[in-house]
Amino acid sequence: MTEYADGSVVDGVHYHQFDIVIVGAGGAGMRAAIEAGPKANTAVISKLYPTRSHTGAAQGGMAAALANVEEDNWEWHTFDTVKGGDYLVDQDAAEVLAKEAIDAIYDLENMGLPFNRTPDGKIDQRRFGGHTRDHGKAPVRRACYAADRTGHMILQTLYQNCVKFGINFFNEYYVLDLVMVSDGFGGQKPAGVVAFELATGDIHVFQAKAVIFATGGFGKIYKTTSNAHTLTGDGVGIVWRKGLPLEDMEFYQFHPTGLAGLGILLSEAARGEGAILRNSEGERFMERYAPTIKDLAPRDIVARCMALEIREGRGAGPHKDYVYLDITHLDPAVIDAKLPDITEFARTYLGVEPYTEPVPVLPTAHYAMGGIPTNIQAEVLSDNTTVVPGLYAAGECACVSVHGSNRLGTNSLLDINVFGKRAGNSAAEYVKTAEWVELPEDPAAGVRTLVENARNSNGTERIAIIRRELQESMDRNAQVFRTEESLTEVTEVIHNLRERYKNILVQDKGKRFNTDLLEAIELGFLLDLAEVVVYSARNRKESRGAHMREDFPTRDDVNHMQHTMAYLSGDPMSADAGDHIRLDWKPVVVTRYQPMERKY
Amino acid sequence: MSTATLDSPPAPADDVIPTFTVTLIIRRFNPDTDDEPTWQDFDVEMYPTDRVLDALHKIKWEQDGSLTFRRSCAHGICGSDAMRINGRNRLACKTLIKDLDITKPIYVEAIKGLPLEKDLVVDMEPFFASFREVQPFLIASSKPEKERIQSVAERARFDDTTKCILCAACTSSCPVFWTDGQYFGPAAIVNAHRFIFDSRDEGANVRLDILNDKEGVWRCRTTFNCSEACPRGIQVTQAIAEVKQAIMRGKP
Repeated sequence: MTEYADGSVVDGVHYHQFDIVIVGAGGAGMRAAIEAGPKANTAVISKLYPTRSHTGAAQGGMAAALANVEEDNWEWHTFDTVKGGDYLVDQDAAEVLAKEAIDAIYDLENMGLPFNRTPDGKIDQRRFGGHTRDHGKAPVRRACYAADRTGHMILQTLYQNCVKFGINFFNEYYVLDLVMVSDGFGGQKPAGVVAFELATGDIHVFQAKAVIFATGGFGKIYKTTSNAHTLTGDGVGIVWRKGLPLEDMEFYQFHPTGLAGLGILLSEAARGEGAILRNSEGERFMERYAPTIKDLAPRDIVARCMALEIREGRGAGPHKDYVYLDITHLDPAVIDAKLPDITEFARTYLGVEPYTEPVPVLPTAHYAMGGIPTNIQAEVLSDNTTVVPGLYAAGECACVSVHGSNRLGTNSLLDINVFGKRAGNSAAEYVKTAEWVELPEDPAAGVRTLVENARNSNGTERIAIIRRELQESMDRNAQVFRTEESLTEVTEVIHNLRERYKNILVQDKGKRFNTDLLEAIELGFLLDLAEVVVYSARNRKESRGAHMREDFPTRDDVNHMQHTMAYLSGDPMSADAGDHIRLDWKPVVVTRYQPMERKY
Repeated sequence: MSTATLDSPPAPADDVIPTFTVTLIIRRFNPDTDDEPTWQDFDVEMYPTDRVLDALHKIKWEQDGSLTFRRSCAHGICGSDAMRINGRNRLACKTLIKDLDITKPIYVEAIKGLPLEKDLVVDMEPFFASFREVQPFLIASSKPEKERIQSVAERARFDDTTKCILCAACTSSCPVFWTDGQYFGPAAIVNAHRFIFDSRDEGANVRLDILNDKEGVWRCRTTFNCSEACPRGIQVTQAIAEVKQAIMRGKP
């Protein structure tokens, strides 16, 4: 075997060694790094500069039952999370999330995060959708926040602390492969990752005892989305291609209030501060659907109600194709203090003045509840129960599952902090005793082929056109409402696009900063993941949380109160998805709460 | 907000929104083949409400895949796409075509003062190195059981400088930074300000010492370019002035 020493260059490939490699420098990745960095030799590898990560776009807040402004406790938070997820949440994980939320907030404050304050100087809290007092009696003020830029403050604070701890970053390195070797017991374990350095086009192999994936979501499978251009599901796609399962991929959240036509997010914090959704008749329609908590119902319900209002002819605007978010009754001083950024978005991008005019909004693809299955220690699973030693995942790319079939607002900033921290600690503990795993011969071979094939693509198909056709079909067929017919249609579209993807054109043949090549590879991940989303959605013949099947409109706890587990099991290019995707079920962990009808 | 050509906001009336042709003149540089940057024209059909970023995407996706620029969130939060548009530093994703003079071509080039890598991409490492030098993290010895108490007024004192997204629009608009090469630049000082005036922080004197260096705040000539360039509306020049005053006082 060839020895690949740290710092060596073999056949043009750079070799590095770290105890722990973290892929992704958003909230989960950097929170993991802050735990792992001081305990083990750690590197963070990121496609972007850390402060560009999409955690920074999160707005409204981070939930924790601090009870700073009114009575609250973690058990109520656990219940809301389970009910919000329409009982597909693993309840042991939800309990961890709600309990550890409190320390997660104090950790951030102690690290320097500038939360908004109460008059007596504590962290202020506000209302958010689905978070209630005493099991649904009324909205509760649980979201800790910093104006409407809470995610920005979390991302900055975590990066600042990574600077403080001297964490090693490899910025603008695009991880394209996970090196897996036999664990000697019939399973596999990671030996490191392979990355493409954007600035030079060079390939780097990072040998590691433990690997943490914290690569975020894949909202770019949809056209109308709050997600960044870079959210193409690379990490989830890499794990998928290794034959490891993906869990609950059919559950994708559509945030109710995206700027109409653009998808740019307007925080639910607006409704938390009193904003009202209105139809073309000016009616506060959420009163009809959720009489107790109205506009603060969970996102899946609000998004569906908006779509229904439009379908029934009560949409606003010349084409009756959006509804209004109305904050004109709020004091401009309150708007400036608590919602400054989102009001600026409305002014900049729609030319609407939120002080005096209602803002046109539509649901926008926002968040993947599903992803890489893990247990509550953030260890990745290779089936329903078996842990992959040394492999971890946290944040949106992971599925613990604390969000079930529908995530509550403010629970994702919480998720990245609680399970990012757990991933960092679990990996640090693991590498104390783990041995180095020998790299296979030429571990970069697969990535070299992938990159060179992309660079040498001289076909006739434009990357942007294939991507747009995918996104448009996903918006049309796999959005808020789904049917067997719509899902069948998009399945065929995806297959045809994958055929056309073999014939793409990459015009930039250069080595340095080749973002044309990057987009080509990203599109491959989007196509893979869209197919898993759709195939899992076809198989779930019920309606639960964010997954609304019009041909199966009710929840079916007898047959479907289970997680979907999808495995790549054949040639991904085969025409019939059933020939290369195998589906299985995984039981939901139920501890305290039996499923009930979900009313608000 | 994915595909540029389809990203137009809802129609104001039943008729189709007219598009128009915009000429972008972009300063290109390919490090593999070019010795010097050259200007190249592109014509694109755009809607008035499209952003400059949409126009760049349209060129990259429909005409020339080798056009290279950074971008991510596309709504002014991530700080990836600072560039010089008609001679002014802006974020491409926050600059609407209709807000520019569309009777003339739109000139687009990389931000100045940082090493040019390719087309609109510069090496950001010197910029982040300056940021790291000012110790941009909370320095506090106490370890409270819960949160540290901070009054609403104390929190408001440094609110403006918490908004920084490290896009480098300010620093790369500063004439001193262009010619000096040693000056910390406005963004690093803004991030020092964010901690110097945080009531919870105990490291103000360390940072004031760092910034009192000959390459520190005193290089600022208050040309206000930085404040005008900031896409987050931070009063950058004022923040620098407050740091200068703090150095003279010897405390925040």
